[in-house]
Amino acid sequence: MTTPFYVSPEQLMKDRADYVRKNIARGGSVAVLNYDGGILFVAENRSRVLHKISEIYDRVGFAAAGKYNEFENLRQAGVRLADTRGYLYDRRDVSALGLANAYAQTLGTIFSEAGGKPYEVELIIAEVGDRADQDQIYRLTYDGSVADAHGFVVIGGAADEVSRVLEGSYTEGAHLGAALRTAVAALGRDGTETRELAPTQLEVAVLDRGRQRDRKFRRLVGAQLARLLADEPGADEAAIADNGDGTGDGATSGGPAAGDGGAEPASSAKAGAPPEQGDILDDIDDVLEDGDDEDGARD
Amino acid sequence: MEGQGAGRFPGQSAGAGGGLMGSAFMQSGTSSFTEFLAAYNPEYLPGRRMAALGATGGAVPLDVRHGTTIVALTFPGGVLMAGDRRATAGNMIAQRDIEKVFPADEYSVVGIAGTAGIAVEMVKLFQVELEHYEKIEGVELSLDGKANRLATMIRGNLGLAMQGLAVVPLFAGYDLESGEGRIFSYDPVGGQYPETNFHSVGSGSVFARGALKKLYRTDLDATGAATAAIQALYDAADDDSATGGPDLTRKIYPVIAVVTEEGYRRLPEEEVSVLVHEIVEARYGAPDGPKAPLR
Repeated sequence: MTTPFYVSPEQLMKDRADYVRKNIARGGSVAVLNYDGGILFVAENRSRVLHKISEIYDRVGFAAAGKYNEFENLRQAGVRLADTRGYLYDRRDVSALGLANAYAQTLGTIFSEAGGKPYEVELIIAEVGDRADQDQIYRLTYDGSVADAHGFVVIGGAADEVSRVLEGSYTEGAHLGAALRTAVAALGRDGTETRELAPTQLEVAVLDRGRQRDRKFRRLVGAQLARLLADEPGADEAAIADNGDGTGDGATSGGPAAGDGGAEPASSAKAGAPPEQGDILDDIDDVLEDGDDEDGARD
Repeated sequence: MEGQGAGRFPGQSAGAGGGLMGSAFMQSGTSSFTEFLAAYNPEYLPGRRMAALGATGGAVPLDVRHGTTIVALTFPGGVLMAGDRRATAGNMIAQRDIEKVFPADEYSVVGIAGTAGIAVEMVKLFQVELEHYEKIEGVELSLDGKANRLATMIRGNLGLAMQGLAVVPLFAGYDLESGEGRIFSYDPVGGQYPETNFHSVGSGSVFARGALKKLYRTDLDATGAATAAIQALYDAADDDSATGGPDLTRKIYPVIAVVTEEGYRRLPEEEVSVLVHEIVEARYGAPDGPKAPLR
């Protein structure tokens, strides 16, 4: 038996962490934030089939950054755990906290396991509640540490820079369109230059509190997404300013994202709002309507 | 035992150093929830009751609940399924308001006849199965794929079916590829048969199917199809003691579900109530229901 060179535990962990951090920083960022109707997931992702954002269960969504095969493996494990739990107990017994704990255990074990390679991933597990104050967002890092976030959280890529931009631009209770443009604008400012991300470069999904079905997760794609984004006149600064304008209105109304058919006339009646805001509200209704098959069928 | 499902991606094959990669949850492999559960802990699957009963081959001398009559019929652009609300145990009415028609997923519906306990569990597993596949694979199963999965589950219940605990579901859905409603029927051994226009299962199915044969038209709309389904269930309840007719005093009406391009929708009770009252009212004058022309 050979005696290996002594490496202090501190050095060992630091080496592993550096290795992982470097690799995670190479990809695009993912931002998850609260808006007035639920939780919004935005990722920079050029692929339309290799998702970074996914549904885990009725109210729980998943976002990841890093190495695809590793987080896909974790995602599938999460779906299996959630479905097993929901099947053996009840659908209501599947929670983001339970999943976050499971992921933390798994990631922690893999990270500290001698011999194996640590996972090069960061995860976000988010759960939409019945009310905004019941929303939960957990951020998990490669070493298994968990943090619960409020408002917004960014992982992967230049997460620190994007977070810094969001800190200045994020406002609580913003409408979907405004929150989306805020997030996209922030994701584009991950370096020295400012990039403008097109709809085809984005993967966007929401956990929609007002959705009538059990499953609250819904992707925003194609024309829906383009329409929401199109409200942005140009630069990301404009989008951030846009969000600033919409804040007061978003805080007072909070209704239009309710997602039921009745919300439509209510939001149209809010025509007293600045015209630009009105457009945003219409768009949101369009988008919500498109996704709400159950309501459409009730006519 | 139960706690195993609640924890942190546990598994039987924890390698050296707690190799979670090798655990049941982390193994990449199947997109089927049933197969996963069978590998993880087969005790959780409905078919495992067989082991408890032993392979005696005799009928089970238990008075367990049985669900009775389900009807389904297609109409242009969709399919409708309806079920009565009675469950029997031997000669007793075990439940007056049981629900036997369920959404399988967004675009399909499943109704159950036979041993209620096993059937309800099977439907629950089937629902998870479809959702699980969709989440793991990122796409929905085709309608034929869904129908085949259900057949596999019934096949797994063959041992119990031989002992008198058969489950006979009726499956229907909107086929997004062909843009039409389709119906699939099954037998206790897991045979799967596509049906045209209409079908019925359960103890009152003979009478319901006879009624549907005379009432069905290819140009019905959803309301027309619902009316035909209620008429058929009324006729089934008229001649089969195990099928429950509409209970006007308790306001218990058939469960009616419609699947179209817009997805699954259960008709609201007020809507069903109006139709049921019209039909029952008409039956005061003509107890046997509407007369079909002789030729």
